Amino acid sequence: MGLLTSSIARKVAMALSGLFLVVFLGQHFVINLTSVIAPNTFNSFSHFMGTNALVQLLLQPILIFGVVFHFIMGFVLELKNRSARSVRYVAYKGGASASWASRNMIISGAVILAFLGLHFYDFWIPEMIHKYVESHPEDPTRYYAETVHKFENPVRVGLYVLSFVLLAVHLWHGFSSSFQSVGFNNKYSKALQGFTKVYAVGIPLGFIIIALYHHLNPIAH
Amino acid sequence: MKLTLKIWRQKNAQAKGRMETYQIDQIDGDMSFLEMLDVLNDQLIATGIEPVVFDHDCREGICGSCSLQINGEPHGPDRFVTTCQLHMRKFNDGDTIVIEPFRAKAFPVVKDLMVDRSAFDRIQQAGGYISVNTSGNTIDANSIPIQKDDADNAFNAATCIGCGACVAACKNASAMLFTSAKVSQFALLPQGQVEATRRVLNMVEQMDKEGFGNCTNTGACEIECPKGISLENIARMNREFLTAQLKG
Repeated sequence: MGLLTSSIARKVAMALSGLFLVVFLGQHFVINLTSVIAPNTFNSFSHFMGTNALVQLLLQPILIFGVVFHFIMGFVLELKNRSARSVRYVAYKGGASASWASRNMIISGAVILAFLGLHFYDFWIPEMIHKYVESHPEDPTRYYAETVHKFENPVRVGLYVLSFVLLAVHLWHGFSSSFQSVGFNNKYSKALQGFTKVYAVGIPLGFIIIALYHHLNPIAH
Repeated sequence: MKLTLKIWRQKNAQAKGRMETYQIDQIDGDMSFLEMLDVLNDQLIATGIEPVVFDHDCREGICGSCSLQINGEPHGPDRFVTTCQLHMRKFNDGDTIVIEPFRAKAFPVVKDLMVDRSAFDRIQQAGGYISVNTSGNTIDANSIPIQKDDADNAFNAATCIGCGACVAACKNASAMLFTSAKVSQFALLPQGQVEATRRVLNMVEQMDKEGFGNCTNTGACEIECPKGISLENIARMNREFLTAQLKG
């Protein structure tokens, strides 16, 4: 039985790629947080992440692979799962036994994918053009102002807030579910589940607060 | 009690089915759900209509024969009961009850509310057993000491009656709760260790071949299971599977 041909192997692969993205999300949040409490530190972190060869040439491709893999596998599994029930129920009370978050991961995931498109358009693509196409000389102090500038537009901030709400919904089920998928269900699971729920709400909420802070902070503008 | 029943009628596996509506009266709250269907069938036969076909056998909640998706839930709105143990007092006079077969590509409809659940038999045949020499030197199972927790968990897994409610409840029509219960009941006991590797690989392979969906850990199967089979079994099966893959 080859890799990813079995349902359990696919499930474990989804869980591991999800856990990897959860860890990435945590470090992204820590760096974003410095934009509120210490702009110079934010510039330093951003400069390091944007110029360090290890980050740019190894971690960034791994991250992009992780994101692409998680999304493609998620959509493939959704299609396979839909085909496993070709005739739908006339009455199906899914909410009686499972949470909305767990039943609609494809919806929250699709919103997050759309958000990533916006996020890449806002930050990643301009950054790539700045560095590798137009080859501007590196200015380690430019990151804070560029970031804050992006949050001037209320529509963009609104889209960010909506996306992070859906990210919280996605993580609410996905983070704890990934441990079940890799076979971790024991006496420590309850405590671990508590941590995953706090993380699922806390990190997206933190991103929302940071976005709103930069939008509403008149000093920064 | 007077009820409106909306029931899936399908002539055979190839025919296109549809919902039919029937009125039924004088249903006692102490009747079981299947007895209510018996009354309906008597009424249909008396009026020259073909009776509704549905699976049933022991009517004691232990054989796993009865199924039915009742008002959107396998075995109806009650918890830890099969359809045969569901009583009409759970419904109110004037209710409309929607009754459908368990839906999954791997559970094709045979006729009306009866589905073919032999996919479960094939999963069981792929490895849900232990090979014991019965030629005269059989060792008594009780001669091997087993930790209480392991014995209890193995027994709990073995209480799965294979009714298919887990598949019916799952939005993905996944059979992981059933398969994991059958893997777990042996994986937890020393007698099951000898064939553990090939058991989990073969049973999971057969489960996938049957066309069941992938588990996404919604937990609906555990909630709707009439025997309360725990999700811990799925985690255990995942561990067993990963270990077996590493062993090759």
